[in-house]
Amino acid sequence: MSGIEQEAAHRTIERVARESYGRLVAYLSSHTRDVGSAEDALSNALVAALETWPRDGLPQNPEAWLLTTARRSFIDVLRHQQVAEASEPTLVLLRDESKDVTLSPQFPDERLKLLFVCAHPAIDPAMHTPLMLQTVLGLDAARIAHAFLISPTTMGQRLVRAKTKIRDGGIRFEIPQERELPQRLDAVLEAIYAAFGIGWDDMAGVDQRGRDLAEEAIWLARVLLQLIPREAEVHGLLALMLHCEARRAARRGPDGRYVPLSEQDCQKWSAPLMEEAERHLDEASSRGRSGRFQLEAAIQSVHAERAQSGGIQWNAIMVFYEQLIRISPTLGTRTGYAAAVAEAKGAEAGLATLNGIAPDDISAYQPYWAVRAHLLQRLGKTPEALDAFDRAIGLAEDPAVRQFLLQRRG
Amino acid sequence: MQFALLIFESPEAFAARNADENDPYLGAWRAYYKALVEADVYVGGNSLQPPETGTTVQLKDGKRRVQDGPFADTKEQLGGFTILELPSLDEALEWAARCPAASIGAVEVRPVSPEFRRRVTG
Repeated sequence: MSGIEQEAAHRTIERVARESYGRLVAYLSSHTRDVGSAEDALSNALVAALETWPRDGLPQNPEAWLLTTARRSFIDVLRHQQVAEASEPTLVLLRDESKDVTLSPQFPDERLKLLFVCAHPAIDPAMHTPLMLQTVLGLDAARIAHAFLISPTTMGQRLVRAKTKIRDGGIRFEIPQERELPQRLDAVLEAIYAAFGIGWDDMAGVDQRGRDLAEEAIWLARVLLQLIPREAEVHGLLALMLHCEARRAARRGPDGRYVPLSEQDCQKWSAPLMEEAERHLDEASSRGRSGRFQLEAAIQSVHAERAQSGGIQWNAIMVFYEQLIRISPTLGTRTGYAAAVAEAKGAEAGLATLNGIAPDDISAYQPYWAVRAHLLQRLGKTPEALDAFDRAIGLAEDPAVRQFLLQRRG
Repeated sequence: MQFALLIFESPEAFAARNADENDPYLGAWRAYYKALVEADVYVGGNSLQPPETGTTVQLKDGKRRVQDGPFADTKEQLGGFTILELPSLDEALEWAARCPAASIGAVEVRPVSPEFRRRVTG
């Protein structure tokens, strides 16, 4: 095989691994609940593909080849672990299936069940997102660890522990029943949004660590939408993320300088992404059930209108925030609300709203101090403004945000 | 529990210490210190003179060895340390990421060892 063909084989392996990883892991683990062993089996199959494909040429159906190989390896892995008798029928089933090498790629897509398992109430909420990124997208523990600011060893251990809990804790691979669904789906959506990175750009805090996971989160939301197309909040979440993603090119000046949302050049916003976001938001509202992500997307939609109208309807944003606070009174929501009040009714009113947030909650919450500093400066309360700027600068992680605030502080 | 943030700085960061009052690195450090104190996590700390002011002493085979400069020959050098009181490593890493030195050098987070201290001090 020539170098070019070898390169093509590697690219195919990468593409198939990316597109099929979650489907293969979900399918292999849905019988046994053993996500860790399914992943091990799949990585064995990927190693085998790296050896075989460049030498023998690409198989006709790469995904089926991977599944067959992974399945054989899976049986070996499970055997090696001397699994309990209870799973013997599963082994028989897998063995029988694995004889069929001509297997059609139409094996059932169990990724939705896997997503619900990752965000199961019995699993530590902090691990929902890392589990999804690893089991559905195949991201390695080290990359997830960097994003979550945890040491790679610790992240690896926590992932193993969570997977042991899935295997041994009686967590079932199933779609939740109707009455449970909204709550369970919410946990899945929360986990996907956590990957996107919180506190991105309506205030000063662009989350440096979240940024490289933004595309992964959008990918996950698209997968979820394919699997469960009727839920309004799934459309809402995708709309929210697409609106933010549309502004990626405008968030930094040519010199890497941080540009706040209200000063961004909207010519640099991506029109196709904004249009797609609007389509999903329309689709969501046609279902007649409001929710947190739809409201957050609606707020971003108002900002996006500036590209057409040149202005921002702060009153509309304020009303959306009021509804949002009723559902989800997080620090981020309340800080965002105060910023909207300041624009709609004046800095004094915005500051009064900020003062309503408990002091214990805000001691390490950067966006609060950024908004506070901005409002105090507008009101000419210089010494207090300087103090708030220092807090915002000291809590900032992104050097560009720090620089921006240092300049504003003067 | 207590964590030490060991601040490793580049030669440029050491040089910035002599800059004027409006230097952004100095401003960032002042703000960071204020945020630590206001969040009630700051225990103590200090900064060190640049590495070239260091002198390293070793005894090898009963012979004294004195060397100009720091012990380890690396580009980034220990420039100071901060001790923080925090519930867990997770929070310590959050604060380390906010440290102005993190984006131009490195910040190593180490748990303080009161057990060994007790064994030494009795």
